[in-house]
Amino acid sequence: MPVREIAGVQVDFDAEGFMTNPDQWNEEIAKVLAAEEGISQLTEGHWQVIHFIREDYKEKGQAPTIRRMNKVGNIATKDLYEWFPKGPAKKAARIAGLGKPQGCV
Amino acid sequence: MKKIVILGGGTAGTIMANKLFQTLARDEWQITIVDQDETHIYQPGLLFIPFNIYTCNDVIKPRRDYIPKGVELIVSSIDVIEPDKSRVKLANNRVLSYDYLIIATGTRTRPEETDGLAEAGWYKNIFDFYTIEGACHLQKYLKHWPGGKMVLNIVEMPIKCPVAPLEFLFLADWWFTEQGIRDKVDLTFVTPLPGAFTKPKAAAILGDFLDKKNVHLISEFNTGSVDANRNKIVAFDGTEVDYDLLVTIPTNMGDAVIERSGMGDELNFVPTHKNSLQSKAYENVFVIGDATDLPSSKAGSVAHFQADVLTENIQRAIDGLPLLDGFDGHANCFIESGFGKGMLIDFNYDVEPLPGKYPLPGIGPFSLLQETKANHWGKMMFRWVYWNLLLRGSELPIQAQMNMAGKMR
Repeated sequence: MPVREIAGVQVDFDAEGFMTNPDQWNEEIAKVLAAEEGISQLTEGHWQVIHFIREDYKEKGQAPTIRRMNKVGNIATKDLYEWFPKGPAKKAARIAGLGKPQGCV
Repeated sequence: MKKIVILGGGTAGTIMANKLFQTLARDEWQITIVDQDETHIYQPGLLFIPFNIYTCNDVIKPRRDYIPKGVELIVSSIDVIEPDKSRVKLANNRVLSYDYLIIATGTRTRPEETDGLAEAGWYKNIFDFYTIEGACHLQKYLKHWPGGKMVLNIVEMPIKCPVAPLEFLFLADWWFTEQGIRDKVDLTFVTPLPGAFTKPKAAAILGDFLDKKNVHLISEFNTGSVDANRNKIVAFDGTEVDYDLLVTIPTNMGDAVIERSGMGDELNFVPTHKNSLQSKAYENVFVIGDATDLPSSKAGSVAHFQADVLTENIQRAIDGLPLLDGFDGHANCFIESGFGKGMLIDFNYDVEPLPGKYPLPGIGPFSLLQETKANHWGKMMFRWVYWNLLLRGSELPIQAQMNMAGKMR
């Protein structure tokens, strides 16, 4: 398991670069991970998504799908793709310090 | 009399009606099953209709022929489930109270969830094959199609029977070869998944098959809308794919009654304990088959394995015993691969589909993740097994829980 020091915290990652312990997460780490995803500035919209998916994770034990972000989090798909281009579910989960969203079977 | 109500008379509900009728004391328990129509569709057969292997009539039978005489079948839509009051209101105004409820209302394709999909091109050059209407319309269309660019698109996961889109492509490759127009047909598979299938080993092997059959793969494509006037599917990130003929696997959602009853997640699937099949919210409600939110495949084989577990757990609930965590996510699917051959996969929550052999007393072994003629005949024989053994709740020589025998890591 790769460990990296970010913002003074030892952070555990899996092979695909997703954090394995959501409790190690803080907003400074989010900024660093966002930059790695090509997002240089986290706006209010980004934070709304990040906070929603962390809350939802606490309740459900997994990162939400895009549809769940729409329906439960009231976040439009269009916005998600604008804020987290290409793969919003995956990117937002990574920046929020959660595991890779489970592909469904 | 105490009462068990089963909602839905598809594969899962019909098996449960038969198994419970065989096991529960008939002077103590009244079993009622509700479905909205009289026709049972052999859903694994829908795949074969577009390619003229089955006719539309080959896959339908009267639903009531498969419900035991001592079980009451009510043909009606369901208005709402009121789990707090342990009762169900039907559209025909009947109210059914229950001691135990089994939800087997399945999943539906919802093309209207995608902008432009069910509009100008619907059943003109856009078809689904997960409904009998779609499969039969597509059969007629393909008969006279001169060739061009056929795109098969999975709009959104999860879907029922996640191998069916691949089977469709394999069969399409065979069918157009037989018609003598394979050189005029471009086959492209457009999927939101990172590869050909949900699980890595099978995805790699099945991906090679797509290559071999000259099917192009466009992965991680999240369909946002369809522009039927320009014949393009458009992803949320703006990427476009052209088609002449679009075969779509629309968004799958649980039945609307689940939403009306406030019992579902964002896709109307019912939160369910993954090993016991008890509803997470109500102790006397159980969920089986495609209606659950479980991370198992939505497939008939899964419903069949779940039925063994659920029959036992209903009995245990009645007897006041703790439920067994008997369901391991087991799925078992033949994959038709064209030219009279097929493959087989067998997996569960923890073990992904692996290559090797699949022992089956008396008939097998079948080869796993390998093309053989035996697998094709296994698939074709299955229709008889389905109508004559499976739906009737007969014992099959196959265990509910997955077995590692013969599998190779």
